[in-house]
This record gives sequence, C-alpha cells and structure tokens, in this order.
Amino acid sequence: MPHQVPWLIFLLPLFSLVIISFILRPFFNNRPKLSGYVTIGAIGISCALSLWVLAEVLAAPRHKLEIPDIQWVVVGDLSVHIGLIVDSLTAVMVVVVSFVSLMIQIYSQGYMHGDPGYHRYFAFMSLFTACMLGLVMADNLVFLFLFWEGVGLGSYLLIGFWFHRPSAANAAKKAFIVTRFGDFGFLAAILLLFYHTGTFDIEELHGLAIAGTLAGTVLTWAAIGVFSGAVGKSAQFPLHVWLPDAMEGPTPVSALIHAATMVAAGVFLVARFFPLFEHCQVALTTVAIIGGFTAIFAASMGLVMTDIKRVLAYSTISQLGYMMLGLGVGGVAVGIFHLFNHAFFKALLFLGAGSVNHSTGTFDMREMGGLRKAMPWTYITFLIASLSIAGIWPLAGFWSKDEILAYSFTHNQILFYLAMITVFMTAFYMFRAVFLTFGGEYRGGVVSSHSGHEHRKLHESPAVMVVPMVALAVLSVASGWLNVTGSFGQFLGHGGSSEAHSFVAGFFGMLAHPLPLISLLVASVGIFLAYAMYNAKWLSAEAVGRIFKPFYILFSRKYWFDELYERVIVVGVLVDGIFAALSVFDSRVIDGAVDGVASGTASTSGAMRRAQTGQLQAYGMAIAVGVIAIAVCFYLFG
Amino acid sequence: MEFNYYLTTIIFLPIVGLIVIALLPNPKPKAIKLIALVFTLAAFALSLAVFCLFDRSAGAIGQIQFEEKISWIPAINAFYHLGVDGLSLPLVILMTFLGVLAVLVSWNIQLRPRQYFIWLLLLETSILGVFCSLDLVLFFLFWELELVPMYFLISIWGSGRKEYSAIKYVIYTLVGSAFMLAGILSIYFTAGSLNMMELAGLTVVKPVVPLAAMFLFLLVGFAIKLPVVPVHTWLPDAHTDAPTAASVILAGALLKMGGYGMIRLCVTIFPEVALHYAPLLVALAVVSVLYGAAVTLRQKDLKRLIAYSSVSHMGYVLLGIFALTQVSLTGATLQMFSHGIITGLLFAMVGLVYDKSHERNLDNLGGLARQMPVIAVVFSIAGLASLGLPGTSGFAAEFITFVGSFSSMAVAGIRLYTIIGVFGIVLTAGYILWMLQRVFYGPPLEQFSGVSDANNIEKVCIFSFVAAIMLVGIYPAILTDIINLGIEPITKLIGL
Repeated sequence: MPHQVPWLIFLLPLFSLVIISFILRPFFNNRPKLSGYVTIGAIGISCALSLWVLAEVLAAPRHKLEIPDIQWVVVGDLSVHIGLIVDSLTAVMVVVVSFVSLMIQIYSQGYMHGDPGYHRYFAFMSLFTACMLGLVMADNLVFLFLFWEGVGLGSYLLIGFWFHRPSAANAAKKAFIVTRFGDFGFLAAILLLFYHTGTFDIEELHGLAIAGTLAGTVLTWAAIGVFSGAVGKSAQFPLHVWLPDAMEGPTPVSALIHAATMVAAGVFLVARFFPLFEHCQVALTTVAIIGGFTAIFAASMGLVMTDIKRVLAYSTISQLGYMMLGLGVGGVAVGIFHLFNHAFFKALLFLGAGSVNHSTGTFDMREMGGLRKAMPWTYITFLIASLSIAGIWPLAGFWSKDEILAYSFTHNQILFYLAMITVFMTAFYMFRAVFLTFGGEYRGGVVSSHSGHEHRKLHESPAVMVVPMVALAVLSVASGWLNVTGSFGQFLGHGGSSEAHSFVAGFFGMLAHPLPLISLLVASVGIFLAYAMYNAKWLSAEAVGRIFKPFYILFSRKYWFDELYERVIVVGVLVDGIFAALSVFDSRVIDGAVDGVASGTASTSGAMRRAQTGQLQAYGMAIAVGVIAIAVCFYLFG
Repeated sequence: MEFNYYLTTIIFLPIVGLIVIALLPNPKPKAIKLIALVFTLAAFALSLAVFCLFDRSAGAIGQIQFEEKISWIPAINAFYHLGVDGLSLPLVILMTFLGVLAVLVSWNIQLRPRQYFIWLLLLETSILGVFCSLDLVLFFLFWELELVPMYFLISIWGSGRKEYSAIKYVIYTLVGSAFMLAGILSIYFTAGSLNMMELAGLTVVKPVVPLAAMFLFLLVGFAIKLPVVPVHTWLPDAHTDAPTAASVILAGALLKMGGYGMIRLCVTIFPEVALHYAPLLVALAVVSVLYGAAVTLRQKDLKRLIAYSSVSHMGYVLLGIFALTQVSLTGATLQMFSHGIITGLLFAMVGLVYDKSHERNLDNLGGLARQMPVIAVVFSIAGLASLGLPGTSGFAAEFITFVGSFSSMAVAGIRLYTIIGVFGIVLTAGYILWMLQRVFYGPPLEQFSGVSDANNIEKVCIFSFVAAIMLVGIYPAILTDIINLGIEPITKLIGL
C-alpha cells in the first residue's frame, strides 16, 4: 500500500471543504446539490481507502504499518513532526468514522433539501469528518491536538448551524467552552509529558510508560490531564452539560456528533493512551468510576425527557459512560468494541428521530404517536436500534455491553450494580421513546418544520434517507458478531482471556451463562415496564410520576447543573462577581491613579504658577529674603 | 556594484511617498491613496526580498545581516547603524505588511486625506526604524518619532474622547521614554558605546549606576509599550478612540516595540539582571494574561473588547521572554508576529462592522451574519485564531511559548505559572465566542437590514490577513527557523 493512502483518508474530506468553499459556493451557488455530491464522493473514497487500510493492517505483522513522518517545526530542543499511526485501533476507527459519516451525508441530502445553507452544511460536515479522521490517525500529541480542536470547531459550527436561533448560537458556544475546559487539562498534560520525556510521539510515550521510565506522580497527573480532555469531549460528568443542548444543530449533525465523531474522540483518546492509564492504577480507576457514574447519572435524566433527541442525547452520555467503564475495567478492546457497535445504532436512532421530525415537524414525543403505520421503515429500523442499545440478544449492543458487565463484575462490584441498573434504565427509556413515538394513535397536529416546509400529512421519508437507515440497521444487528469468537478483541491487542470456540458455540453458548441471562432479564423488565406504562397503559405514567415526584423533578431539572454552572458559577461568581470587580478596579483604581497623577501635576503646577506674579517688587522681595536666609545659615552653621 | 542599502530603502520608502504626496499640487484623494499604496507595497516587497535573501545557514546564528554603518555623530560615537537578525526581521515584515493593509483599511477616509496619509506613512517609517536600528541613539530617535504621527492620527481622525486618549497616549509613553533615556545614558556613560550588538552581555567593573537600575529604566519604557499590567491603561483608550488604521498599527506593530526592546536590550545586555528579575516579571505576565482576559469579558464596546484582549495576549509575550529559554523566547517572538496579524485583522474587522452598521455597542448589535456573510466568516476566523485554534498562527505561537516556559529553569515554580497562563485559553474562548455571538448570530435586526458586506478592496485586505494567519499557523517553521537564529545567541548569554 502506498504511504499516501492513509494521508488521503483525512485529506480528501479536507479537499472537499476547500472545493466547496472556494469553487462551489462562489461560482455554483445555485447548484447546491453539487456540494453534497462532492462531500459524499470524498468521504466515500475515504471509506473505501479506510477498508483498504483495515485489510492491510489485518495482514500486517503486529497489526501495524509504518508511515514516514514529516518535520513540522524545530526550535532548540523542541522538535515536532507530523505523522500517522496506522495500527489496529486506527484502522477500526477510520472505518467506523468514514462509514457512519458517509451514511449520514447520504441521508443529509434528503434532510437538508432546500435549506439555504446547503453548501455551508456540507462544507462544515467535510471539515468535521476530516478532523475526526485525522484525530484517530495522528501519531503525536501536537498533531492530535490540532484535530482535537478541529473537531471542536466543527461541532461549534454545526451545532450553531442555524445561528439565527439564539438557542442554537448558545448551544454552540456552550459546547465549545465546556469542552475547552477539558482541553485545558489535556494541554497541561501535553506540556507535562513533553517536559518529562522530551517527546510528543505517542508511541514513544507508550514505550516509556511500559518501560517504567514514565511513572509516579508525573504519569498520574499526565493521565488525569489527558482524561480531562476526554471528559470534555465525551461529555462525561461533570462536563456533560453541553451535549443535550447540542441537539440544536440539524439532526444528521447530532447523529454524527453522537455516533462517530466528537464524543467518540474522548473515548478514543483514552484508548490511544491506554498504556499510560494501564500503568497508573489511580487514573484507570478514575476512568472506570467517572464512566460508571456517568452511565447511571445520564440514564436517570433520560427517563423523563419529552424531547426525543434529548432522550437520545442522555442515552449517548450514558453509553459513553459505559465505554469509559469498559476501558477502565476491561481495556481497549472492551471499550472500543462498545464504541464500534454504539456508532451504528446511535447514528441510526438519530437518523430515525430526524426522519420522524421530517414528517411531523416536531421532536416532542407528546405530539407524536402512531407513526408505525405511516413510517414503517423508520419504525422498524428505530426498533432494531432500540433493541440493540437495550442489549437484547443477539443484536450488536448485547455483545459489547455484556463484556463491560462481565469485566466490571470481576473488578468492582459497586460499578457492576450501577451498570446493571443502567441496563434497566436504558431499556426503559428507549422503549418509552419507541412507544410514545410509534405506538398508540397520532396525537400531533403541529404542521411546521425546521426549514419552513409545510408537511400536510404524515409520510415516510424519501429513499435517500431510508437507505442509509437500513444499512445502519443491518450493522446494528450484526456488528457485534465480530467478537463472538473474540477476534475483534484479539485484533485490538486483547490477548489471553477469550478461549477459542466456534462462532455457533459462542453465539448460542452465551445464553448458557448466568450473567448474560440476568442482564437480558433486567432489560426485558425495563421494556415490559415501558410497554405497561406507555403502550398498554396498565400503569398510568402520571401516577408513577406522582409517586416518584422528588426524583422526577430532580431528573427533569437535570440535577440543576445548568443553573449551577451558568447562573451561579459563570455569571454570578465570575462575570458579575470577580470580573466585574476587576473591571471596576481597572477603571477606578489603576486608571484612576493615572488620571490622578495627571490632575495632581496640573493642580500643583497651577498652584506654583501663582508665584510667578510678574511683579518685580515681589521677585526682589523673594531674592532679599533668600539672601538673608543663606547669610543666616552661613553664620549659624558655617 | 552590490546594492547594500536594503534597510535604508525599506525604512525611507514611506518617507519618499510622504514627500511625493506633500509636494503634489492639489492631488485627488484617489491619487493620494494610490501613491501611499504603491510606496507601502514597495516597502513590503523589498522586505520580502530581504526575507528571501536572508542567510539561514548555521553560520548565520547571531549574525547581523544587511548591516549598514555610517558615522553619524562622532562626538558621542553614534552611528547610523542598521541591520536585521532573526529577531527583528519578522517584525520588519510584520510592519511593512501592516503598512500596506493600513492603507487599504483607510480607503474610505474622507477627512483631510492628504494629511492623514502623510502621518500614516511617517508612522510606518518610525516603527521600521525602531526594529532596524542597532545604535541606541538612532533607536531612541525613531522610538520618539513614532509619537508624533500617532498623536495626530488619534486626535484628528479618532472618535470618542479622542483628544484625551491621544494626550494620554503621548504623555504615558513619554514617561516611559524618560526612563528609557536615563537607561540609555547610563549605558553610554558606563560602556562608552551605543552599539546594541557590542553591548550584549555587558560586564563592567564600575558602572555609573548599578546594572539593575539600567535594566529597570529600560524595562519601564518597554513595559508601558507592551503593555504590562498595571501600566496598561493607556492602551484601551488609545486603541478604542484611534481610527481603524491606527488601531491596526498600534496593536499590530507598535506594541511589539515593547517586546522587541525587552529582548534586544533588557535581556541581551543584562542577562544576569534579567534572570534575577524573571520571577517578578513572569508573575506579572500571568497576572496580565488573566486580569486582561477577565476585564475583557466585561467590555460592551466591541473595539474596547479587542483592545483589552491585547493586554491578555501580550502577557504571553512577557511570559515567553522572561522564561528565558530558547524555545520560550522564540515563542514570544512568534507570538508578537502572530498577535500583530491576528489583532490587526480583528481591528480591521471591527472597523468594517462599525463603518457599515455605525454601531459598536455589543448590546445593540446582532444577527449581522445574514447581512455581511464575508465579514462574519473572516471575523470568526480572526476570533478563532485569537483563541488559539490549531492551524492558525495563534496556536503555533502560544503553544511554543507554553512549551518553552514550562521547561524553563529560570524561575522557580514556573510550571505552575505556565499552567495558570494556559488557563487563559478558556477565558479567551469565552469572550471571543460571546462577542461573535453578540455581533453576528441571532435573528437579523430591523435596523441593520440595509448594511452591505465587504467590498472588493476590503476583501483583498482581510483575505491577505487570513492568508498570513493560516500560513504561519500551518507552517510556523517559515518564521521560527529565522527567529531561532536571532534567539540562540541570546540564550547562550543567559547560559542556563
């Protein structure tokens, strides 16, 4: 394989951005479709090249290809090169990112049809995808940070895509600033690592951590710093607040953010630096605890949301928590396997929500209902994705979630029980959404849409939207089967534990173990409860809500984190508190002193000016007094 | 015969343009602008030629290139002595670049255009002179000369409390200059030389005043110019009330005279004293970064907001300088260049927004992205560069500064200082994004329905800025390879 191939994977979408911004938008403004085609073409080729790279990596010894570096900048003992790592983790990630992005771009052609910002949309999408692809391939901290921030920029631009809406502009700003808090920790970790090792190269750092040269408090702080970057990007507690608001962007953007790019970047980052975490128990435990806690914390809020995209958003945070938990207790293969499966079913869930919105013009589930008749394809695919995320055998989500549960059972009982409760919550909120949206009778009547189209009656989305959903649905069923024999785990360097068995034995043998059976039972209870409350109405949702009223308020107000961060800390303490005080200090005290010196000088000179009367008698008098005074001084002291 | 007067030509090309404008009988405004443009472009082109001819080989480390030396005042051993090295060349290019763009930014000047462009050209000459002078008297002469055009530019073509701001600017700077002059005189009477290169690492047995006093005299002058908190309050007033082109040059090139002076004189001549005072100055740098950012977050006037952000960003320059490592000093120099083009662009953009909408108050702005898409895009790029987004010069410069400062041995606890400084990036993101949202996002407003987007001349101007920002951001080695040549000998003097 030529060395240029991996470079092209992220450069092609970047070229697409350039072509759209400099050629299509200025000269072909009335042919918006072209932007879509260019983007799909570029990402499509990237996807093909990614598969090629994956095949090469599978065949390569130690699953690794060497790509030559390029010198970027050299100053004294600071030397930064740019280059790519092409190993198993990279290969899996580029395939996931480019494939999911490709599906979303195809779908977007239908969803964004007629939007005045069509060119801009695909330009930003290209940028976003390019940065994520670069991120997963970068071989050193500086180059990785470039894409890391690029992904942040892409999400800022796309969340705020409809910038004329104040809520979208706010959400974009919030996403960028909250993640920047995490980036601050990441940047500090980069500085710390370079100071102690003299290198930015990720593989060299791995080597130093494995050799034990990089150890102790330095390693702990560095790992915590890297993790704080991951916490920001992957919306883990306590920096989770930006992701639910991020749904202000167009829905395919949410699909991309929640599935393959942006939030996956944080989990990927921990996986990329796993040798550092592995040699630092404190950091690894932190990852597991934050992940496990976030999983249940976010799921609890997902229980009560009425906006379908918000349900999915909290579900993403919760699933990302699972991935972190998986990394913390099981390692790279476990965490990334869930990321891999999640990318497909979560992308599909968002595309389904977008499809529903395309028809009904709303995201509020209280205005939906009965859509299974009008939108059969959307219904079936959404149902498959929901079963998958709930962890129902033999769908994709089952396989990766089961691994996480199994590993946390052996590592940490408390986290295991939290994860098990989360399984119940996940099944409940997903099927609550399914039944509210597709079950019962249509309750809506709102006829309006994001782009001003009039949707007179419910209808299935066009083929350009349905086909990607079907493709993702197939993967939501089958992607988990890759690890039935443990081959996915072995590819990602997970040796040992999995004993070799045939596919069929692994596939059905799973049901002979107690743990998978328990988790299946828990998930089924969740689904059944949702059915009882929202479809069969054996239980009144309102009555249940009244019984658990304090919890209901706590969950639906999102534990008051938005208020705490925005009103109390940012506005109350900082902007209107400390910063206001400093601002007054600046204009009154510091600048006041400057003006004070000036006016002091002016008034002193004003006073002294009065001595200059211009009268000779007065001057003569003064001279005489002075002479006498000098004479007296001489007489007395001389 | 070999042509050997590149620097003189670059410095005095604007003066020639100025004379042509002054001597033309009743020139049309258009002719004035074209003349100014031609001469600034010529200076820019020539500085690029110098950049291309500059010797980058290892043998050029610490060498002054394009040197010109003519005896000027033999009685005090003063020379007309020019030259550039890796430290000054980027700043010369920065100034000639901004010179061209300042003319383009001023294309719509209606009030007394002839005088306006005369002052603008004189300003360019004086700043170029500061960066090229290698003789202390000549340096001081150019340093003081700059005050005259700036005073008139602010007080005649400015806005708001323009007379107050202009006077404040001049007096504040003059106070610094007085200290500087005392420093220069004490150096002269101690060493008997005015040659800035010969004075490097000055060691004398019996100085007229302690070396530390000389260092501090010079430092006061430069600290006011940079500026460093707490001697920064002239800056927001001057920047806010100056006309756009003057703000561009003030923030873009003029502040860099302070940073340049600190490296060229304070650190190079008195490396040991610099080492001694480094802890204090690094602490002040971090204060400037955070304090500047905090006050920026409270500004309601668009132009004042950008002005205060300069205080914060120049804190990174001070941090890099007094971390006293090769990497940090290179980062600081790159940060000066980068801040020059980024903040220059930001002021140009504020000028455009104000020209079109006649509004600078953030509370009254909003929704302009619909009416002025090009301006919105370029303003956003400038803002993102300012908040240090990788791929822009802002990131390259700040990152190199951080890496250099973090590994410094000069100051105890500098790692903590650096980390606190790094936190500035979060605050910067806060005010930049808040500002962009206030100006451009939200529903389009009725009162701005008629405003236009940038015209072609404005587009040329702002796209040039963007190109420079991206070029340095993507390939910073284009400058760091040169800066290094000037910085390396200085770090050898410090000897850490």
